[in-house]
Amino acid sequence: MSTTGDSTTRAEWPLYEVFVRGKRGLNHVHVGSLHAADDRMALTHARDLYTRRNEGVSIWVVRSEHITASTRDEKDPFFSPSADKVYRHPTFYDIPEDVPHI
Amino acid sequence: MTTPNATVPAEGAQKPLQEHFDATIARDQRIEPRDWMPEGYRRTLVRQIAQHAHSEIIGMQPEGEWITRAPSLRRKAILFAKVQDEAGHGLYLYSAAETLGVDRADLTQRLIEGRQKYSSIFNYPTLSFADVGVIGWFVDGAAICNQVPLCRSSYGPYARAMVRICKEESFHQRQGYELLMTMMRGTEAQREMVQDAVDRWWWPSLMMFGPPDGDSPNSAASMAWKIKRHSNDELRRRFVDMTVPQADKLGVTLPDPELRWNPERGRHDFGTPDWSELQRVISGDGPCNSERMERRRSAHEEGAWVREAATAHAAKQAARAEEGAVA
Amino acid sequence: MSDEHVYLSLAEGHDDSDARWAFGTGFEDPLHGVDTAVPEGVDAAELAAHCLALGDDALVAAQRLAEWCTRAPELEEEVALANIGLDLLGQARLLYSRAGQVDGTGRDEDAYAYLRDPADFRNVRLAELPCGDFAFSMARLLVTSSWRLAVFERLARTAQDPVLAAIAAKGVNELTYHRQYAAEWTVRLGDGTEESHRRMRAGLEQTAPYLEELFTAAATCGADPAGVRHEVTAALRQVTEAAGLPAVEAEPLPGHGREGDRTEHLAPLLAELQGIARAHPGAVW
Repeated sequence: MSTTGDSTTRAEWPLYEVFVRGKRGLNHVHVGSLHAADDRMALTHARDLYTRRNEGVSIWVVRSEHITASTRDEKDPFFSPSADKVYRHPTFYDIPEDVPHI
Repeated sequence: MTTPNATVPAEGAQKPLQEHFDATIARDQRIEPRDWMPEGYRRTLVRQIAQHAHSEIIGMQPEGEWITRAPSLRRKAILFAKVQDEAGHGLYLYSAAETLGVDRADLTQRLIEGRQKYSSIFNYPTLSFADVGVIGWFVDGAAICNQVPLCRSSYGPYARAMVRICKEESFHQRQGYELLMTMMRGTEAQREMVQDAVDRWWWPSLMMFGPPDGDSPNSAASMAWKIKRHSNDELRRRFVDMTVPQADKLGVTLPDPELRWNPERGRHDFGTPDWSELQRVISGDGPCNSERMERRRSAHEEGAWVREAATAHAAKQAARAEEGAVA
Repeated sequence: MSDEHVYLSLAEGHDDSDARWAFGTGFEDPLHGVDTAVPEGVDAAELAAHCLALGDDALVAAQRLAEWCTRAPELEEEVALANIGLDLLGQARLLYSRAGQVDGTGRDEDAYAYLRDPADFRNVRLAELPCGDFAFSMARLLVTSSWRLAVFERLARTAQDPVLAAIAAKGVNELTYHRQYAAEWTVRLGDGTEESHRRMRAGLEQTAPYLEELFTAAATCGADPAGVRHEVTAALRQVTEAAGLPAVEAEPLPGHGREGDRTEHLAPLLAELQGIARAHPGAVW
């Protein structure tokens, strides 16, 4: 074992696919992918990146290489936005009505 | 509708596949990752999505420098969140690129070796806090002009990434404009800072849309494939028409003596950007190219021991689990 | 065109009213419905001092985390470190606002952050040390988040001021995550490679002289210091054991951040933080 020293230049983290259940009553939906060294880190990153850490949601992560796909791939990122803290919300900024296109 | 056949030769035996692909594009349906696609389409997408992702990541730098210096806690939080979003957007885009069979590590390598590009705009320096506002207003405004049509890009993962990014970016533009409005209500020195920032960023922002249509070699194929939906010049005109009334409201002057409303054409006439400057910046000679690349390279290289440690730990954990299972 | 609507409809319905979207940590006013009058029997000066001290800890820590921006070891870590920094910045703002309500001056959050000199800050000194490498940053985050979590859990239950209790209760969720993040990295780095083990060990050792200061009554701001010490020590031991790292000990640094003793690192940090705001008196941002 102990082959970890060999690949010092290419110790890149493997790819994980991320599935999020936005709320109870919904299925988990594929939202995208990320890189992580292990399952635990993948979950942490998924929560940070795809839900900006919302507590209520349920997340699945799986190594991309473990997905078996029919001819049409299921790698299918991005189903919805995550809004975030209030200042991420466009209406938080008080812009007069008569400024066009903002 | 132009058919892509004109620009993309079908590859012999793959004719039925090519026909299916063309029909999918013609019906305005999305191409998904494991669909057959012409090599040129794939290559164009990889190049465009990677450039876009690199731009998000390099684009963190000019604004990121101001998080620690933001002059109020509210502005600090807003800017911190905005720059964080850019990291997130870069990740969404790398994720979309990886559905095409490329690897993020390779794309990063290509970036730091200068083999792939990012938006020219991020090679200009940020000189005052007003730049944070003007970047939000101009640069994010221009990005929105570019990106909204990309939500209908023919490649599914890219289009979906853009939907999400556009949603998040409307906050970016608004926070910038709101900062400038606030500053214009402040002191004389603040108003001068705003005008100075507008003067410096206006022309580089117009150049963000790329060279004029006649000099844009990749545009035609991208449009035929519906990867891109509008030409560089068309997007540039939209941006100008959108921005001029906003500048009036704000009380700043856009630094273009030729800029005026043309009632016959129903849009603004405006001057010609210095395309030789764009060429210089794109080819690596902009004011901040080397700093930007150096920062990205050093972050990546200095982080290597951390990434390696995590990989080593994961391998050890897996080995321990196996031993445990045997015992 | 219709497929565009498919994407957009997927994108909609998650913002605005729907609280599950990531509005989470800032959208709902954590003080909604909480009476802001200072309750009878509460020493307003002491309450203000506690809010200020805990606010300073958070602001200084957030400033250090912001320094990681564009320098993190991986892009996913950029997002994570910024989330933690934003949480702490949010805590600082709430605590400063409360200080301004109860100390009789009516100052706003920016008055505390931008218009006080280094000698007036009351943060614990561990918070102001420079970022160092990723290992030191994780060591410090492990210590400070474990400690702050122990303090906030107690304040959420026992603080006589309902506003401080509400701020602490909100912070508990955030800090639980910060501690988990730091603990996972401590284990990874401690266990990973020879280099990461050496760095992680050095990072923890560097925090050691600053630990004792955390377990005094001045530092815990009304939370029972003995209970905090017990809980934090146990948490640190659990993590370092899992990481294969020795427990750290060191002679405590004399003096106390809560009494205004500073390292040489706070003044430059504040010079950067306050520079623009102070250069433009009368400006609005």
